Amino acid sequence: MPVFFEKKQLVTPGELLAEGDYLPGENTYNQENKIFASRIGLADTENKKVNVVALRAFYLPKPGDIVIGTIVEVGFNGWTVDIKSPYTALLRASDVLSRPFKPQTDELSQVLNAGELIVAKVASYDRAHDPQLTVSEPGLGKITRGQIMRVTPTKIPRVIGKKGSMISMIKQVTGCQIILGVNGVVLVTGKNLEDEELAMTAIQKIEAESHTSGLTDRITQLLKDEKAKQEEKKIE
Amino acid sequence: MSEKPEKLIDKKGIRLDGRKADELRPLKIEVGVLPNADGSAYIEHGKNKILVGVFGPREMHPKHLSQSDRMVIRCRYHMAPFSVQERKSPAPSRREVELSKVIRESLEPSVFVDLYPRSGIDVFIEVLQADGGTRCASITAASLAIADAGIPLRDLVVACAAGKIDDTVVLDLYDAEDKLGVADVPVAYMPNLNAVTLLQMDGVLTPKEFENAMNMAIDGCKKIYPIQKEALRAKYMAAREELKEEVEE
Repeated sequence: MPVFFEKKQLVTPGELLAEGDYLPGENTYNQENKIFASRIGLADTENKKVNVVALRAFYLPKPGDIVIGTIVEVGFNGWTVDIKSPYTALLRASDVLSRPFKPQTDELSQVLNAGELIVAKVASYDRAHDPQLTVSEPGLGKITRGQIMRVTPTKIPRVIGKKGSMISMIKQVTGCQIILGVNGVVLVTGKNLEDEELAMTAIQKIEAESHTSGLTDRITQLLKDEKAKQEEKKIE
Repeated sequence: MSEKPEKLIDKKGIRLDGRKADELRPLKIEVGVLPNADGSAYIEHGKNKILVGVFGPREMHPKHLSQSDRMVIRCRYHMAPFSVQERKSPAPSRREVELSKVIRESLEPSVFVDLYPRSGIDVFIEVLQADGGTRCASITAASLAIADAGIPLRDLVVACAAGKIDDTVVLDLYDAEDKLGVADVPVAYMPNLNAVTLLQMDGVLTPKEFENAMNMAIDGCKKIYPIQKEALRAKYMAAREELKEEVEE
C-alpha cells in the first residue's frame, strides 16, 4: 500500500497519490482503489486520508460561513448578491427589515442598492438551490466604511493562523477591525488610511508567502518596522 | 504551398522540415498568462501559437442553458484573421464550429461536471498562428487553462496527431504534410487513466496502418504530458521553492 508522493509535494491533477488502504480527502478522488489528485496543490496524509491543499480553487458556499458580497440586483422581495462563487446568493427583504415586509410601502433600493457591500452569513445552501444569506445577527449587514481586498479563498485559513494568532496579531498592531469573508473577500476598517494600508500589506504578504514557516515572525517584523516608520513621520 | 514537392519524406526517413518520422515539433507551454481570465494557457507547438482563456465556474447566461444536474462546458475555437496566409474571415466557419464541439467533447470526460450543477465554464481558444494540428495543441492548452482556473480534473488531457505521408506513418503532421499527405489521426488522451477522449481520422489508412498511427499518437501524447505538467508546475514553483527552504531550515 504505497504512497507516491513526499510530504507537501506539489502535485498536478491526475497524479497518482496512493494505492490501497487509503481514503480520498480534499481535492482527491478514488478510482479502482487508487487515489489521484484533482487540483494543483500540495499533497499530505492525515492518518489514512490523503489530502491536497489546493493552490487554486474557488469558493463553495457552506451554511454558517461569514461572507462579504456585493449587491448586484434589487428584486421584488429581496436582493441578489455576488459572493464570488459559482452561485449568486439571495438575501430576503424580510430578513433585513426587522418588521414584516410590505411591497407597497417599502422601497428596497432605499435599504440596500446595487453596488453596495454587505457582510452576511450563509443561512442555507445545497446542490439544488442557490445560497440564502442572512444579516440578522450582530456584526452583519451593510458595510459603510473601510477597504476591501481579495485573497484566494484557500489562503483564508493561513491569514487566520493557528487559533487566530495571525489575524489577532495584525488587529492588535494596526488597531484595525478586520473581517475575513470565507469567500476570499477581506474588509479592513481602521482609524486612518495608514493603518488600513499597513494591515492590507501584511495580508497581501501572507497570501504571497503562505506555505512558508516562520511567517508569523516575519509579519510581526514587517508590522513593527512599518509602524516605526509611521511614528517617525508623525514626529517630523 | 504553391507546388507539391515530389517527396514529403526522403529515403533516409527525414521529412521536409527535417524531422524524423516519430519526432515531435518543438513545444513551449506557459500557464497563467491572462490575469483577467480565471485560468489561462499559451502554447507554441511548432509554428502554432494558441492562447486559451477559461472563465468560471459561474452562473450560466442565458439561464435556460444551465443543467440542473451538471456543470455545462462551453467552448469556442476561433482562428484570428491573421492566423493563416490568406486572411480568414473572423466569422465562425463551419470548421470552427465543428472543432469547438470536438474540443469540448474531448475535455468533458476529464472534468468533474457533476460536482457543480447549474453552473457553467467558458473556454475561449484563440488561434493566433496556425500550422497544422491546431485542434491537438488547443486541447493540450485548454486542459491546462481549466486546471489553472482551479476546476477539479480527473487528469490533464493531452492531444497529439499521427498520420501518413507518401507511404510512411509519421507523428505530429504540420500544415504541408496535413494538406498533401494521405491521412491524419488526431488523438486526445488522459495518460494516468489510460483513456482516449478524442479519436478522429481524415483520409485513408489500412487497419494495420491505423493501429500503427494511433499507437504513435498515444506515444506522442505521453511525450507531451511531462512538458504540460511542468508548465502548470512552473506557475506555482515559487510556492514550492519556498517550501524547500522551509525543509532546509
